[in-house]
Amino acid sequence: MSPTASPYGPRAETGPPGITAKLLGFCEELRGEGVAVGTSEILDAFAALEQVPWESRDDFREALAATIAKSQEDRRVFELLFERWFFRAAEAEAIEREVSEQGQRHEGAERLDIDELREQIRQAIVEGNDGEMRDLARLAIAAFGRQGEGSGVVGVDVQRIRRTLELSAGTQPQGEATDGAADRPPIDRDQLNRFERHLRRELERDLIERTETLPPARPLAELDRALPTSPTQDLAAVHRAVSQMKRRLATLGHEQRGRRRSQVVDVRRTMRASLETGGVPMHLRYRPKRPRRPEIYVLCDVSTSVTSASVFFLSVLHALHDSFRKLRSFVFIERISEVTEIFEHERDFREIARRVSSEGGVADVSGYTDYGRVWLEFLTEISDDLDPRSTVIVLGDARTNGREPHAEVFAQVSERAGRLFWLNPEPKLYWNYGDSVMAAYERHCDGAFECWTTRHLENFVNVVAGGVPAAE
Amino acid sequence: MAKAQPPDSVAETKQALAAASYLADESAALVSFLAQRLGKPILVEGPAGVGKTELAKALSRASGRELIRLQCYEGLDEAKALYEWNYRKQLLRIQAGGESGWDEVHGDIFSEEFLLERPLMQAIASPEPVVLLIDEIDKTDQEFEAMLLELLSDFQITIPELGQVAATSMPIVVLTSNNSRELTEALKRRCLYLWLDYPELEREMEIVRLHTPDLSETLTRRLVEVVRMVRALDLKKPPSIAETIDWARTLLLMGAEDIDRETFEQSMSIIVKHRTDIDLVAERVGMKLSAPTQAG
Repeated sequence: MSPTASPYGPRAETGPPGITAKLLGFCEELRGEGVAVGTSEILDAFAALEQVPWESRDDFREALAATIAKSQEDRRVFELLFERWFFRAAEAEAIEREVSEQGQRHEGAERLDIDELREQIRQAIVEGNDGEMRDLARLAIAAFGRQGEGSGVVGVDVQRIRRTLELSAGTQPQGEATDGAADRPPIDRDQLNRFERHLRRELERDLIERTETLPPARPLAELDRALPTSPTQDLAAVHRAVSQMKRRLATLGHEQRGRRRSQVVDVRRTMRASLETGGVPMHLRYRPKRPRRPEIYVLCDVSTSVTSASVFFLSVLHALHDSFRKLRSFVFIERISEVTEIFEHERDFREIARRVSSEGGVADVSGYTDYGRVWLEFLTEISDDLDPRSTVIVLGDARTNGREPHAEVFAQVSERAGRLFWLNPEPKLYWNYGDSVMAAYERHCDGAFECWTTRHLENFVNVVAGGVPAAE
Repeated sequence: MAKAQPPDSVAETKQALAAASYLADESAALVSFLAQRLGKPILVEGPAGVGKTELAKALSRASGRELIRLQCYEGLDEAKALYEWNYRKQLLRIQAGGESGWDEVHGDIFSEEFLLERPLMQAIASPEPVVLLIDEIDKTDQEFEAMLLELLSDFQITIPELGQVAATSMPIVVLTSNNSRELTEALKRRCLYLWLDYPELEREMEIVRLHTPDLSETLTRRLVEVVRMVRALDLKKPPSIAETIDWARTLLLMGAEDIDRETFEQSMSIIVKHRTDIDLVAERVGMKLSAPTQAG
C-alpha cells in the first residue's frame, strides 16, 4: 500500500496496514447509500484519525462520524454501515484464515451456571459497560446454543435468550429468580436495547462462523432507512419540512417586490440622528422592514377515497399549526368545517384525529366528496377574509364522485387569494382518470403537486420558494 | 489549564471541559479535541437546551481564550457581522484635511483606522487566539451562510478596499443550529459535525449534582427521572438541561424531600412553559406521582 498523496503532503501510513483502502471502500459504500461524502471530507477523516488512538473503537468511530456524517440521517446510515462494514471485514478475514473460536467459547460457558450468568448480565446492563455486555452476550449465546435451541433466525433467538434471562425493561421480573433480590434497580429500556444489540451482533457473528458465508452485501434497502416507519418519526419529518416552508413563505414577499426594496424614511429617527451632525440630516434612518406574516388557509379532504393519505395530511396540518400563527384550517367531505380550534388546543396527534372525525361534522349522508359544494361554502363563509396576501393550500384528490365540480367558483377563490396550491395524494399518472377532475382545477392553481411522502412535501416547499424541484 | 496549546488527548480535553464545569460526553469531547488539533470549525446541532451554546463557553473557559459571540437572526447582514466603514469619521477626515489631494485622501480614508470591526472581524484580527461562537446559524438566510465560507475554510476576510485580511491567530469556531432548516452542503463540508442530544440518566444526574451539590442523591435521581418522563411526552417545548438545574435549585429552596404530586404541581411551571403543555404534563406525569404524605 503506497502512501496516498494529499494536500498535507505525502501521508505516511499510520495505523494498521491497508486501512487506507479499507476506509476509501467504506466511503464508497456510504456514497452508494446516498450520503454525500466529498473528497475533502475523506481527507478530513484521515487527518482526524491521525489524532486519535486506533485501538479505541469508540474514538475511531466518533472521529469518522464527525468528519463524514453531517446530519442525523447520515449518521443513522453511517452507524448501520459502520457495523456491517468493519465488523464484516473482521469476519471475512477470520473465514479466510479458517480461524474458529468454538472451543474456547464452550469452555467459558461450562464454568458458569445460569443463575450466576443472569445476575452478571443484569449487573452489566445496569452499569452500562459495553465491553462486559459483549462478553456476557457471547457467554449467554454459548450457554443457550449448547442446549440445541438455536433457531437460525437471529431476531427470534435474541428474543428467546432475553426471555430466558428474564430481562424486561422497567418492571421487576417475577418468579423465583427475584428471591432475595427485591432491591435490584429496574432496567432502563435503552440499556436493555443496547444489550440486545450486542446479542444480535454476536449471533450474527455466530451464524457467519457456522455457515462460513457473509450476509448479503447490500442489506440497506431504501426502505430500510429512508422511509419513516413509525408515525412519530414521520411526524418529525413533516414538521421539519413545514418549518422550512415557513421560512420560505415569510421571505417570499420581499423577493416579489424586486431587488431594490423601496424603503420609507423614518423622519423622527432621522431628525434625532441628525443631532450628532449638528442638525444636518446626514444619515437617513429608515422604517424597519418587518417580514410579513403569511396568512394561510388549508383545506383538507378527509373522505374515504383519501383514507391512506389523510393521516399524512393531518400530520401536515398539525405541523403547519405549530409553525404559523395566522393559519385557519378546514376539513371537508361533502361540506366544509373549520377545525382551527381543535388544532390550537390539542397537542396529541391521535386525539386530534379522533376529534376531527367526530366533531368535524363534514359528512352528510353519502360520505362522498362534493368538491363543488365545498367551494361554494368556502366562498360564502370565508371569501371576505381572503386578500392578495393570503395563501390557500388544498389537500385532496379532486375526485368528485361524478358531481358538479364548479370550477368557476374555484376560479373565484383563486382570484381573491394571493396564491393557491393544490397537493394531490395520487401519482400524477392517475390524475384525470375516472372521476378525477384535476385538470379543471389545475388551471386555476399557482401550482399543483403530487404529495404523499415527506419527500414530496419538501419538493413542494422548494418549488414554492422558487427553487428547482428535487430530482426524483 | 492549557493556554492556547492544543490538548494532547481526548481525555485531557474532557478533563479541561469538566474543570470548566461542563460534563462533555465522549463524542463532544472527541470533537472538541479534533477541532483544536485540526483547526476546523465545529457545527453543533441538537434540540434546544442541550448545552450547545454552553459547549462554546466551556471551551473558552477551558482553553483560557476570550469568547466572541455572534448571535444570528433573520436579516443579519455583513455590516453587522463582518465590518462596516465608519463613514462619519471618514467625513470628518475629508473635512479636516481640506487641502490634501484626492489620491491622498482616498488612500487614507479606506484604511483600518476607519474600519468598524464586527464580531467575525474581531475574531480574525484578535492578536490572542479566541473562541468564536456563531449562535443559531439556522436563523439566517443562505446568503449569509455563503459569506461565512471564506472565513470558515481559510480564516480570512476579503475587504474590497483593503484586500484580504488573514487571521493572526487560529480561532476555535463553534456554530450552533437548532436544525430549523437544512444548512447548505458547502457549510457542512467545512465543519466537524456534532449532534448533541439530551443526556442519559446518569450523566444528567452528574450535571445536576455539579450545579446543586446540596441536593440529596435520591432526590436528584427522582428529579431527573421525572424530567425524562416529561420529555418523553410530545410537548411544544420539552424541558432543557438548564431548566432541570433551575428546578433542582427550586426544590432545594422549597426544602422538598420527595417529589410528590403537590410539590410537582407547585413547581411544574419551571420546566413546562406552555399552557397546553402544562395541562398535558399535569395529566400524564402528575397522576403517576404519589399523593403527598400526611406528615409532609
